[in-house]
Amino acid sequence: MTAPQEDAGRPAGEPLIELRRVNKHYGQLHVLQDIDLTVGRGEVVVVIGPSGSGKSTLCRAINRLEPVESGDILIEGQPLPAEGKGLAKLRAEVGMVFQSFNLFAHRTVLQNITLAQIKVRKRGKAEAESKGRALLERVGLASQADKYPSQLSGGQQQRVAIARALAMDPKALLFDEPTSALDPEMINEVLEVMRSLAAEGMTMVVVTHEMGFARSAANRVVFMADGRIIEDRVPEEFFADPRSERARDFLSKILKH
Amino acid sequence: MNVLTSNWSTYWHGFLGTLWLTLASAALALVLGVLIAGFRVSPVKPLRAFGTGWVTVLRNTPLTLLFFIVVLGLPRFHITLPFFTFAVLALGCYTSAFVCEALRSGVNTVPTGQGEAARSLGMTFGQTLSLVVLPQAYRAVVAPLGSVMIALAKNTAIAGSFSVVELLGTYRTINELGYNIVWTFVWIAVGYLIITLAISALFNVLERRVAVSR
Repeated sequence: MTAPQEDAGRPAGEPLIELRRVNKHYGQLHVLQDIDLTVGRGEVVVVIGPSGSGKSTLCRAINRLEPVESGDILIEGQPLPAEGKGLAKLRAEVGMVFQSFNLFAHRTVLQNITLAQIKVRKRGKAEAESKGRALLERVGLASQADKYPSQLSGGQQQRVAIARALAMDPKALLFDEPTSALDPEMINEVLEVMRSLAAEGMTMVVVTHEMGFARSAANRVVFMADGRIIEDRVPEEFFADPRSERARDFLSKILKH
Repeated sequence: MNVLTSNWSTYWHGFLGTLWLTLASAALALVLGVLIAGFRVSPVKPLRAFGTGWVTVLRNTPLTLLFFIVVLGLPRFHITLPFFTFAVLALGCYTSAFVCEALRSGVNTVPTGQGEAARSLGMTFGQTLSLVVLPQAYRAVVAPLGSVMIALAKNTAIAGSFSVVELLGTYRTINELGYNIVWTFVWIAVGYLIITLAISALFNVLERRVAVSR
């Protein structure tokens, strides 16, 4: 498989998301400790680590669903604004896909995808719907447009959630354990969609336990433990030869069977 | 029966008075209640504090006392309004505290992920609340809101003591004319039942409607 970083048409290195010395506590627990992380435009960064290592918090901090105590978070060189209109505007540029899908339960599949297009992007209803249908087509769910989320399987719901995020034409997508709540047979249909996004050059930060996805689609693997980034390397090197004891231990536990 | 037929006009005016008081106060209470509930769940601390203060003061003050404050207090600040308007203010503000709490308990039934998803798509706090959270809170709110509105209809009786024409107050006029006191009150009770049963019926319909959608 061709690794995405070898795609010559895309400028690499230009930073899109930057975290500088970011810190956060939950009470006594120091969940993010001096986190430094830069994600370039078009890069796919997979964040892995044991549960409780702070990887979900890191992902949620990038669009400030989780406020941090100190440090800077920059999107395209601009610091994240405080809560309010400015932050809302910025969030529209950074899509997010959740572990529990979080589709709007009172809206149909198509309405889930058009709601923010109409209310946030101020697109007309017809335009939003045609974009919505095109995106549903893309994730293989065109026939489900008029169903309610509860009538879909988990894998289908998650694909709708990805389509909903894409409808905003985001500059980057954040995935917070997108396959962790899925039955095994549904994981692949979601990963397939994510792989195709990565191949098209979408900037992605993916928190996951899917090592196969990390190997095949990531430009970099970030390994976190106890609120710190322990390793930040290209996947082939990381999986073949993890430098830290923590990473070796983690990999031996999950790759054994 | 002749208590009703001979005093039809008195009853009718009282009934209309109670009906209008209920409708006007309900409208005010719903508008204020939604607003204050929005304050109470907002990310802005002063708004939350104001909302909490509003609910604490109004919910824990006897309604009659509130009527005295409005009717006797506001004129001191050179605010003179018809008694009907004073009554609507007192009833509406008082009831808004209960509406707010019913809504807030409904908001708490909506999973936090719904609000997070809305915010992650760039919706403002107001959009998140009005487009995603409140519509889903609605189904949990219909039944308690019905009870609040029935209580409001019955609370309008207090306005009768403050020079507002309403149903309960008609007993004085009718009693002075020497009619049977028991029957006088029976017909008053029937009047209230018409209004309160209409409210229950309305909320039953609403409840059935939210049950089928989704």
